[in-house]
Amino acid sequence: MAREIPLLQAINEALHLAMQSDPDVILLGEDVAGGSGRADQGIEEAWGGVMGATKGLYKAFGPGRVRDTPISEMGFLGAAVGAAATGLRPVVELMFMDFIGVAFDPLLNQAAKLRYMFGGKARVPLTVRTLIGAGLRAAAQHSQTLYGITTSIPGLKTVCPSNPADAKGLLLAAIRDDDPVIFCEPKSILFASGPCPEGEHVVPIGKAALAREGSDVTLVGVGRTVHVALEAAQALAREGTSAEVLDLRSLSPLDEDAILTSLAKTGRLVVIDEAPPRCGIASDVAALCVDRGFDLLNGPVKRVTAPHAPVPFSPVLEDAYVPSAAHVLAAVREIG
Amino acid sequence: MELPRQRLLDAYRSMRRIRAFEDKLSELVTAGKLAGFLHLYAGEEAVAVGVAAHLSDRDTFASTHRGHGHCIAKGVEIRGMMAELFGRSTGLCKGKGGSMHIADLDRGMLGANGIVGAGIPLAVGAALTAQVKRSGGVSVAFFGDGASNQGQFHESLNLAAIWKLPVLFVAENNGYGEATPNEYASSVPDVATRATGYGIPGVIADGMDFFDVFEKAGTAIERARRGEGPTLLECKTYRFYGHYLGDNLAYRRKEEAEEVRQTRDPLDLFERRTAGEGWLAGDELRSIDAEVASEIEEAVSYAESSPFPTPADVTTDVYVRY
Repeated sequence: MAREIPLLQAINEALHLAMQSDPDVILLGEDVAGGSGRADQGIEEAWGGVMGATKGLYKAFGPGRVRDTPISEMGFLGAAVGAAATGLRPVVELMFMDFIGVAFDPLLNQAAKLRYMFGGKARVPLTVRTLIGAGLRAAAQHSQTLYGITTSIPGLKTVCPSNPADAKGLLLAAIRDDDPVIFCEPKSILFASGPCPEGEHVVPIGKAALAREGSDVTLVGVGRTVHVALEAAQALAREGTSAEVLDLRSLSPLDEDAILTSLAKTGRLVVIDEAPPRCGIASDVAALCVDRGFDLLNGPVKRVTAPHAPVPFSPVLEDAYVPSAAHVLAAVREIG
Repeated sequence: MELPRQRLLDAYRSMRRIRAFEDKLSELVTAGKLAGFLHLYAGEEAVAVGVAAHLSDRDTFASTHRGHGHCIAKGVEIRGMMAELFGRSTGLCKGKGGSMHIADLDRGMLGANGIVGAGIPLAVGAALTAQVKRSGGVSVAFFGDGASNQGQFHESLNLAAIWKLPVLFVAENNGYGEATPNEYASSVPDVATRATGYGIPGVIADGMDFFDVFEKAGTAIERARRGEGPTLLECKTYRFYGHYLGDNLAYRRKEEAEEVRQTRDPLDLFERRTAGEGWLAGDELRSIDAEVASEIEEAVSYAESSPFPTPADVTTDVYVRY
C-alpha cells in the first residue's frame, strides 16, 4: 500500500481494469474522449473526460467502446439503460450530478424499476459516474451534493468514496454489480493523493469503513466530509476527546450495523454531510440512531450540514457554505 | 406484395389475438374484474404485426403504455399476459408490473412503459448492444404522436443517427395524445417530417393497412441491418377505445370512431385484400377467429384460477443483490 496516487487516477485505473477484463463494459459520456470525428486531422482523445478521469481509454479500447456523446443526457442515459438491459455493462459519465435534472427519467423510472416491474426478469448493470460537491467555485448548478436523491430511490445503489483506494475498489465493484449504481465523485478531493493498491482491488458495496478509532464520540462522514471529520477528530484529540470517524462509503445500501456498533461504543454521534439538511443522509443517519439506537444514545444526535440554500459562487461564501471542522467541533461541544 | 400463405395466416392470427385480447379486457373491466389503468391497442393491430412480421427473438421491441399489441405481436405468451393483468403470481411479471409494464426479455420485448417517450432511448440502447456485440439484431421503438413532442424522442433520433444504430422508430400516430388532438399539440401534422432534422429517412405508412406497414417497415429494417442507420416510420392509425378504458371520448365526434371501425378496421382491410387477391379463404380466417377466442377464454380461466402473490413478494426483485 506504499504507492500514493490521486483519487482521479484511481478512477482511471478502475476503468482500465474493468474494460480489460470484460468486453461488455463500454463508456459513454460527454467528452469522455473529446474531439471525436477528427481523426483525419490527427485529433484523438482531446480531453479524456472533463477532469481527465477517462484519459487513455479511447486509445486503449477504441471508438466502439469509448463513445463521446452529444450533450444529450436524457438520450444517452436512456440508451445506457436499454443497453444494460440487453447485455452490455455501460459506464456513463454524467459530467456533473447537477445535470440529473435533464436526465432523471432514465434513472428514476427505468433503471431503478425495470427489474421490479418485470418480476425480477431484467438486470440493469449500469454505472453512472458523476461529480458532486462544492469546492471549485463552480456555483449553484455545478456544485450540488445530490446523492440523497438517488439514495431515496429503491432499485438504485449509491456510493461515494473518500479516498483513492476506495474510489478504485468501489468503482470496480459498481461496474461488476448487476444492479444500477450511482458512483459519486467529490470534486474537491479528486486531486488529493492517498495510498491505493495496484491491480485488482474491489471494495464491497454496502460496507462502511472505520477511518479512525475512538471511544467518546462518533463522527459520521461521506466523501469530502470524512476529511472534515478527521480534521475535527485531531483537534478533539488535543482536547482529550477521543473521536471515532466512520466513512459511510455506501449510501444505499447503508451499513446500519456499522453506525450502531460505533454508537454503542461512544454513545454520542455527529453526522456531517455536504448536502442541505432536509430529507438527506444526515437526517437518515440521525433517524436510524433514534429509531434503532435510542438506548445507546447519551445525548442528542447532531447533524452538521450545508444550509438550506443553493451553493454560492464567491469563494468567501462557498467556504462558509460547506461544513468545516469548526462546525463539527461546535456540534461535539453541544453534546458534552 | 404476396407473402407465403403461412405468413399471412400468422399475421392474421396475431392481429386477431390482439383484437380479441383487447375486446375481452373491455368486457372484464365492465364486469368489474380488472383493476388499474388499461390503454387498449384495438384499431392499431396492423402496425405492431406489420413490423413484427420481419423480426425474431434476437430483435427487440420497446413499447408504450398502449403495449398489449406489441407484446402479442412479438410472441409474448397470452396466458402470462392475462395473469399479469389479473395481478397473479403466474403473470409474466409476477403481478408486479401490470398492464403498463409487461415485458418478456426472452422474446425481445423490452417492456411496455408508463412514461410517454421513455421506451425510445431504451430501444436505442438495445440497438447499441446489437452494434457493439455485432449480433445482427435490430430494435424497434414504438411510440405515439404525443411522444414525438417529448425530448426523449428528439435526443434518441439524434443519437441513433450519429451512431448509425440499427433501430426503427415507429410513430403510431392515432391522432391524439391523451385527450388533445395532434394537430393542436404538434408543430407539424406528420411526425415523419421530423426525420429531416436528424438526417434520416422519414416515411409515412397507412397504419390500418398491414401490407403497407409490412412493406415500409421491411425496407427500413433491411437498411438498419445493413448498418445504414435508423428510419422514422410514421403509421397513421386510430385507437378504437380512446386513450384509456373509461375515457369519456368527449374530444372526438361519436361518428368518428364508428366511421373508422366501419371503413378502416385493419382486420377487415386485411381480409378484403387477401380474399380479393385469392390468397386466403374466409373460412380459414373464421377458424382462426374461433381458435383465438378459445385461447383467450383459456387465458382468462388460467388467470382467474392462478394464485395471488403473497405480501412477502412486495420487497423481492428490487435488486439482484442488496
